[in-house]
Amino acid sequence: MRVYVLRRVGQSALTLLGVSVLVFVILRVLPGDPARMLLPDGAPESAVQELNRHLGLREPLAVQYLIFLKSVFRGDFGQSFQYRAPALQVVLERLPATVQLTLVAMLLTVVFGVSIGIVTAVRRGTRYDVAGTILAVLGQSLPNFWLGIMLILLFGVALRWLPTSGFAGWTSLILPGVTLAAFPTALVARLTRSSMLEILHRDFIRTGRAKGLTERSVVLWHALRNAAIPVLTVIGLQIGALLGGAVITESVFAWPGMGKLIVDAIFFRDFPVVQAVLILSATVFVVINLMVDLLYTVLDPRIRYS
Amino acid sequence: MTAELESVGIGRFGRRYPTMAIGGALLGLVVLASLLAPALTSYDPLKPSFSQRLAPPWGLGGTRAHLLGTDNLGRDILARLLYGGRISLALAVTAVAVAGLVGVLVGLAASWSGAKTDAVIMRVADVQLAFPVIMLAIAIVAVVGTNPLALVGVLALSGWVLYARAIRAHVLTIRRLDYIEAATTLGASDLRIIVRHVLPNTVALILVIGSSQFATMVLLESGLSFLGMGIQAPRPSWGLMLAEGRDYLSNAWWLATAPGLMIALVVLGANLLGDGLRDLLDPTLRNVERL
Repeated sequence: MRVYVLRRVGQSALTLLGVSVLVFVILRVLPGDPARMLLPDGAPESAVQELNRHLGLREPLAVQYLIFLKSVFRGDFGQSFQYRAPALQVVLERLPATVQLTLVAMLLTVVFGVSIGIVTAVRRGTRYDVAGTILAVLGQSLPNFWLGIMLILLFGVALRWLPTSGFAGWTSLILPGVTLAAFPTALVARLTRSSMLEILHRDFIRTGRAKGLTERSVVLWHALRNAAIPVLTVIGLQIGALLGGAVITESVFAWPGMGKLIVDAIFFRDFPVVQAVLILSATVFVVINLMVDLLYTVLDPRIRYS
Repeated sequence: MTAELESVGIGRFGRRYPTMAIGGALLGLVVLASLLAPALTSYDPLKPSFSQRLAPPWGLGGTRAHLLGTDNLGRDILARLLYGGRISLALAVTAVAVAGLVGVLVGLAASWSGAKTDAVIMRVADVQLAFPVIMLAIAIVAVVGTNPLALVGVLALSGWVLYARAIRAHVLTIRRLDYIEAATTLGASDLRIIVRHVLPNTVALILVIGSSQFATMVLLESGLSFLGMGIQAPRPSWGLMLAEGRDYLSNAWWLATAPGLMIALVVLGANLLGDGLRDLLDPTLRNVERL
């Protein structure tokens, strides 16, 4: 158990190190003149020289990387020139909005994805199954930016029921939340269905029924608990997809989160902010997946000893 | 398998494999329409015609001259959809091919050349997966520019991991099978075993991943273009058309609706085709999407 935990933590740390290398390559090695890229257009030559010295851009790549890594560890991602503030602070200010949106989408995904999956598995071959499956296939095929725009068109422009942009109370969360949740909900529904179908004809389910348990208890307690493991993995991986989906969803709904921030930052060529968003979102992803993996050991004792 | 395919007519094939038939038909229709764009429309997708601005589709107040209406610059939307499809589909196909090639090679390397290489490759895959694809893509495009080559590179970069992981897992299981051991015992070289015995066994897997990844690539490319990081105006691209149509939602809803429908049709078609292929070629691959 302890060995497993230590190994997983070590792997995550290694992944994060890799993340820093990749960001370094994209923002320091790929561009011809990183200092000029990191500064606003028309910055004076003296500023370019100063930044070159500060980032060690005249040093060999390995030294440059170590300087980069040190500043990342200190939380120093550079100065955002669009907001005239440290990049990390700018990103952290936008983080709560994205977390809020992601949590709503996650909640919708788990509630609707798992229920649709259970219903379609238990009622296999019925109208419910067909309807649920069609819904899931559509959910995986509709581009989220289009779905968002169509929701705006219907509920914002035509019916005028819901706010369509910005941040004004909890009703603002509905449309972006649904937009963001559509794809992962469909994925989770299909996965729960196939996972439940595999479990439902196992012996222990038959035993459960034979000893007179209610159907509800068999399905929700015995089957779902066992079907939950692959579903949980995917939900963990979906955190990354949600953060990515937030880039587009937030842009469609003008939601003031990290996703809209990185798009705006790229248009203003505010690379310190881009760098901070990249590293921060990868870190969130790695940490959450680590937690999901450790959670397994609680759900599935076999993993503890393997 | 192929004999079975040949022996059933199209009608029976459709009845036996409805998902694949519907998916293939949808995808085929869009691909064919895009390829035949010059024959299907006489409009220039790039040439503005200001007297024709924002004409509604035929049957909704418009005329038959512009079946799907016109955009804010008076360009025929149908023409732009068809020509835009050419770019989007070509980019997606190329990206799937590149990602597949790289992914398969990496997957083979990981599964064949020892635990150390394997561990390194899988950690690299982890790093790649830690980033939301679209964030990584827009950051790279912002640095290297939005030329088609860069777009294909970015799309392929987002796709290779899936192949590599699936191929690795698959090869690790078939490596232990008797016929591979037999080939090794008979003195066949690694290269020969891989080419003659291992690769043919991964074709089904590659096809299944490829067709569903095609859907992902179309979504990603149109998402990038939607954000202004993909195909650049005035060239037509479905994602870009959607973005342009967003400003006209209240008075010309068809601008944003039509390109979204095209993307949805292609993605739906490719997803159904992928599902159908998976069931047809190898039912044991049902769990591929979990990778």
